[in-house]
Amino acid sequence: MINTDEVKYIADLASLKLSEEEVEKFSKQLSDILDYVEKLDELDTEEIVPTAYTIPVKNVLREDKVEESLELEKVLQNAPEKRDNQFRVPKIMDEDN
Amino acid sequence: MELYKRSLTDLKNMLDEKRVKLKDIHDSFSYRIGSVDSKVKAFVNTNKDLDIENLNENNYKDTYLRGLPIAIKDNISTDGINTTCSSKMLEDYKPPYDATVVKKINEAGGIITGKTNMDEYAMGSSTENSAFYPTVNPWGENRVPGGSSGGSAAAVAAGMAPVALGSDTGGSIRQPASFCGVVGLKPTYGAVSRYGLVAFASSLDQIGPLARNVDDIALMMNVIAGNDENDSTCVDREYPDFTDYLKNDVRGMKIGIPNQYFEIDFDEEVRESVMNAIEQFKKAGAEVERVDVTGAEYALAAYYIIATAEASSNLARYDGVRYGLRAENVQNLKDMFTETRQQGFGEEVKRRIMLGTYVLSAGYYDDFYLKAQKVRTLIKNDFDELFEEYDLIVSPTTPTTAFKIGEKMDPLEMYAADIFTVPVNIAGIPAISVPCGFDQKGLPIGIQLMGPHFKEEKLIQAAYSLEKILDLDIEYPALK
Repeated sequence: MINTDEVKYIADLASLKLSEEEVEKFSKQLSDILDYVEKLDELDTEEIVPTAYTIPVKNVLREDKVEESLELEKVLQNAPEKRDNQFRVPKIMDEDN
Repeated sequence: MELYKRSLTDLKNMLDEKRVKLKDIHDSFSYRIGSVDSKVKAFVNTNKDLDIENLNENNYKDTYLRGLPIAIKDNISTDGINTTCSSKMLEDYKPPYDATVVKKINEAGGIITGKTNMDEYAMGSSTENSAFYPTVNPWGENRVPGGSSGGSAAAVAAGMAPVALGSDTGGSIRQPASFCGVVGLKPTYGAVSRYGLVAFASSLDQIGPLARNVDDIALMMNVIAGNDENDSTCVDREYPDFTDYLKNDVRGMKIGIPNQYFEIDFDEEVRESVMNAIEQFKKAGAEVERVDVTGAEYALAAYYIIATAEASSNLARYDGVRYGLRAENVQNLKDMFTETRQQGFGEEVKRRIMLGTYVLSAGYYDDFYLKAQKVRTLIKNDFDELFEEYDLIVSPTTPTTAFKIGEKMDPLEMYAADIFTVPVNIAGIPAISVPCGFDQKGLPIGIQLMGPHFKEEKLIQAAYSLEKILDLDIEYPALK
């Protein structure tokens, strides 16, 4: 039900770089799982409102007031690479793109 | 009796009665970890900085937890201490803040003695998906402890910690508790703050305690339940002192047995043990009746759509930019993303991200995700209606006892282990797993009690009563 082309497309959406072997394996396994979840069609949900959260609250807001946040040093503490209080990453494209 | 065999409640009393020194307690648990963890492998990390020799009970005498040791699942953030989620992605990650539950434990005078092993990113039912090593069930040769809080359950069962915190998204506290012969509670969604819990599925995740008896569960719930302004899904409400409900009394409690759950084909010994426990409830004065519910397999199907969809979103943050693993030798940013994620995530995690991405993608969202959310309403409504008449709904916690490491290789087969636990997370209700017997191989069996939203005290009272009625007097598993 989900072929290897679709698997590659989904992997791209999810920023995953799968091996050929993984693409084959996931194609089969994901198809099996999707077959299983089709049983939901047996239930009539025509008039039913979807549930996102099971708690009886909505729109939990706080006052729009500036409060202490995490110190910059801590924010950058785990950065693989940093410079000038920023996270440093490779450039978006290489020269040929 | 060795100190490590005693419950948190017992140790607390012994300290108050000045019958023991705090450092002797910590020595005992530390010694126990040293003796058995090379075999059990419950811990990813132990607190080697803890200066046990200089621990003084006087420094903790006014605190709720009196300086006693607590183990914490490794997806719960501990400031400056590795929090790995048992994943290569976070292998060297040290959070810059404490989870709210950690803060509460520290303020209550608890001492965190280690971080426990788990299925990577909490995705699994056996702890075999840990990127480091599988944890071994203390009760059997080469058996899984369950998952994803397998390390926490095994640590408590093996006497390496009196209590532990775990997390539960589809059964990850209750199922390992059942497999390891300990008590595990998943609180109502919204009862315990998720701030600092590494997110898997945000509408399903909850943190909860594992312990060897219900007394200790009540103690820990007193510490961790409560509002948190850092978690907008954590509900602002007052909770009773859960230890007030440690009474052996189920007279007049109305218990529902769901036909559709018991009609499923599952292990005979589990069935016998659970039916016996239900019989004991009846003898003790509870009213037991059969009820009808939407089949559990629908909840399982809805779960595998909702949980993976939410996971695909929550795990998008692991891109090598700000923390965690970053792939080296990459040509550009996009490569950094894909290489990092390929190297950092294990197979089960990738599989779930793929499924989640698919069910949310354009053209499929309505058929899958929206449909699953509607089914979620049906399941929640089922329970809401039942709880208007019944105090508790009861089922086995798991369809089998602990399976062998390496036994379940097919994803769907593994997912089926969650059939009884998943509806609880879908509905957001609280549930507790209590040991109710052993099978012929000596492996523990657990019974699951489900209750109405925010009525954990009913679960605690019923579980405590069952514990006293069954009087299993569980001996420590022999660990050669």
